[in-house]
Amino acid sequence: MTTKINTFTKFSSILLLVFVLFFSAITNLNASEHQEVATAFDHSHADANHVEDANKPIDITAIALEHVADSHSWHLWGEGHDAVALPLPVILYSSTKGLQVFSSARFEHGHAAYNGYNLAEEKIISEDPLETIYDISITKNVTQMFLSAIVLFLLFTSIARAYKIQGVTTAPKGKQSFFEPLVTFVRDDIAKGNIGHGSDKYVPYLLTVFFMILINNVFGMIPIGANLTGNIAFTLVLSVFTLIVTNINGNGAYWHHIFMPPAPKWLYPILVPIEVVGILTKPFALMIRLFANMTAGHIIVISLVGLIFVFKSIYIAPVSVAFALFIDVLECLVAFLQAYVFTMLTALFIGSAVADHNDDGVHNTDDEAIEGSKH
Amino acid sequence: MTGSIAAIGAGLAVIGAGIGIGQIGGHAMDAIARQPEATSKIQTAMIIAAALVEGVALFGVVVALMK
Repeated sequence: MTTKINTFTKFSSILLLVFVLFFSAITNLNASEHQEVATAFDHSHADANHVEDANKPIDITAIALEHVADSHSWHLWGEGHDAVALPLPVILYSSTKGLQVFSSARFEHGHAAYNGYNLAEEKIISEDPLETIYDISITKNVTQMFLSAIVLFLLFTSIARAYKIQGVTTAPKGKQSFFEPLVTFVRDDIAKGNIGHGSDKYVPYLLTVFFMILINNVFGMIPIGANLTGNIAFTLVLSVFTLIVTNINGNGAYWHHIFMPPAPKWLYPILVPIEVVGILTKPFALMIRLFANMTAGHIIVISLVGLIFVFKSIYIAPVSVAFALFIDVLECLVAFLQAYVFTMLTALFIGSAVADHNDDGVHNTDDEAIEGSKH
Repeated sequence: MTGSIAAIGAGLAVIGAGIGIGQIGGHAMDAIARQPEATSKIQTAMIIAAALVEGVALFGVVVALMK
């Protein structure tokens, strides 16, 4: 048993060392090639991404923001003319021309106008000033969302099928061994701990939120993945779901607390607006927390690796890659932690909405104790 | 002075996060030292509180990013 562990750790540490060296070598290669690409590249471009003159300092802010932002084509690797990118469909609903569907390759990275539309900094503008466009394209983030939804669906249906075949009395094997602790953690610690006895009704929603955030956080950390949880529209929708689930299931005591809090009546003009606004600020905080954590983490990693390009020297590479590795490990923790915090706070809000026996603090427990001792 | 004042704002927000999470960690360590058998509960509560404090600090960073 101990020899098996030793060879495994030896193998994986050698693999890790080889990977780190390989990665540093690749980054050095890119750092020296960048100069030649930059001088040969004399196209004028809409995005601030490309260095047109080798002596101009590289705009790392623009590169970092471009990496965390949404895009109409899925850029894999490469720069300029030898970029490998998947063009994604553009779906527009225009007030004058109706529904338009075409590939974003027709924009040719912002050079060409197609059918009266121009792509400027990933935003589609119409040449006709009277036309309003509703952009409902399948962008990179939308594709990522579909991808992770399909992955989650396939994963969990196969795990459920395994349980159906095997039964729940034998030890789990394979994927089940990884997901069973997570699922029971959400069901017992998060749901039952915060909601109490009515928790089974909400466990599906909590599990969905937890695993959707977790898998999208993990995909966002892969170099060719898309930053979906760092998109404020996605986190907005998740927190709106939380808002809806919490308030639809709110019982009398919950609304009573908001509109008639247990406080002297003269405090109501202050307290009631605070409580009413509090209904909205709690999901708002959920939204901002997830979005900011993910986006900030990705910007840090991109900035650290981009230091190599800023200094234009290979000696920065070991330091830069070491720091980026450390931040990436922290990001793994943050990925799981943010999913946990979102789910736990959702469970907490649901718990406070459906709590049936509320001790308002109106009961004076000393009186009750005295009453009890009298019998 | 070059650059934007948003960077100073972001830095101040991060000072707040540092102080807050430092206090949480310090008190958590005191609690663990007093009662080592409650370590896992204290650790869980510490992580949750740290995530909440960090969320507040990131509000400031988001506003700084907007500029």
